[in-house]
Amino acid sequence: MLITCPYCGPRDVSEFTYQGDGNRQRPAPNSQNLDAWNEYVYDRLNPAGDHNEIWQHSGGCRIHLRVVRNTLTHAVSSAVAVRGHHGGKP
Amino acid sequence: MARSTEVERLSPLAPVYRAGPHGNFEDGVGVALSEPRPGSIVQLAAWPGEERRMIDAIRTVAGLALPDGAGGGVTENGRAAFGFAPGKFTVIDEKDGLAAAFAKAVTPAIGTVTDLSHGRTVIRIEGPEAEWVLAKFFAIDLSPPAFPLGAGRSTTHHDIFAQIQRSGPDRFDIHVFRSFARSFWTALCHGCEEVGYEVA
Ligand SMILES: [Zn+2]
Repeated sequence: MLITCPYCGPRDVSEFTYQGDGNRQRPAPNSQNLDAWNEYVYDRLNPAGDHNEIWQHSGGCRIHLRVVRNTLTHAVSSAVAVRGHHGGKP
Repeated sequence: MARSTEVERLSPLAPVYRAGPHGNFEDGVGVALSEPRPGSIVQLAAWPGEERRMIDAIRTVAGLALPDGAGGGVTENGRAAFGFAPGKFTVIDEKDGLAAAFAKAVTPAIGTVTDLSHGRTVIRIEGPEAEWVLAKFFAIDLSPPAFPLGAGRSTTHHDIFAQIQRSGPDRFDIHVFRSFARSFWTALCHGCEEVGYEVA
């Protein structure tokens, strides 16, 4: 399985670290909506097909990526930097 | 760091560094291995949006004009620079003092300067079989069209993080953490036995 890092180009999956489901929406830190927290912590779509994921190119340029991976075929149809690198200061 | 000229720098490779020809060299030496031991290794990181000013600082301080594009790099007059991540650059000088010079030019508004001169070890591999040997270690495309002269790459050999710069048509400079350098050197020597290698 190859992931095409927008900076480094196509690299072996062994250079990357999976950072979890990219669909999750974290509630505000002070939220007391238990359903929203339950959804964030436990609920997963678990699709058989395209899945939004967060990966890090930990064995390369170390940027975080939004990746769309097909869970049936491992085909990666998209990999973009989580943070645009031409925006404002962090 | 400005006083480092007064300190004798010890190589982590010393216990395993054996000059001379090794391996299957009867039919010729496929690669030469050496340790360039630059005086300065500096890592520069620009804040988002400040990349252009960082590249300007590299031109001003080191006299190196970086080409555009990811991983672009240059080697010239004992100095070298390359991008290894978005907005991040490694700059090398044969001489000491590069970090201090960058600390004056790179203001806190532009980004950060990290002196890695004592933290990284540079291992040089050169020769007609250099691409062949490195392909055993790194899962990257080492051919000149994909990895042009001067360019840099961030990659790993198992858990050993490495920055690689192509510093010649058949020459690569591999930057590894100092603490991993002896292990990596030993593995590299094993990988070179097949083609015959000479340690400078
Ligand atoms: Zn990358």
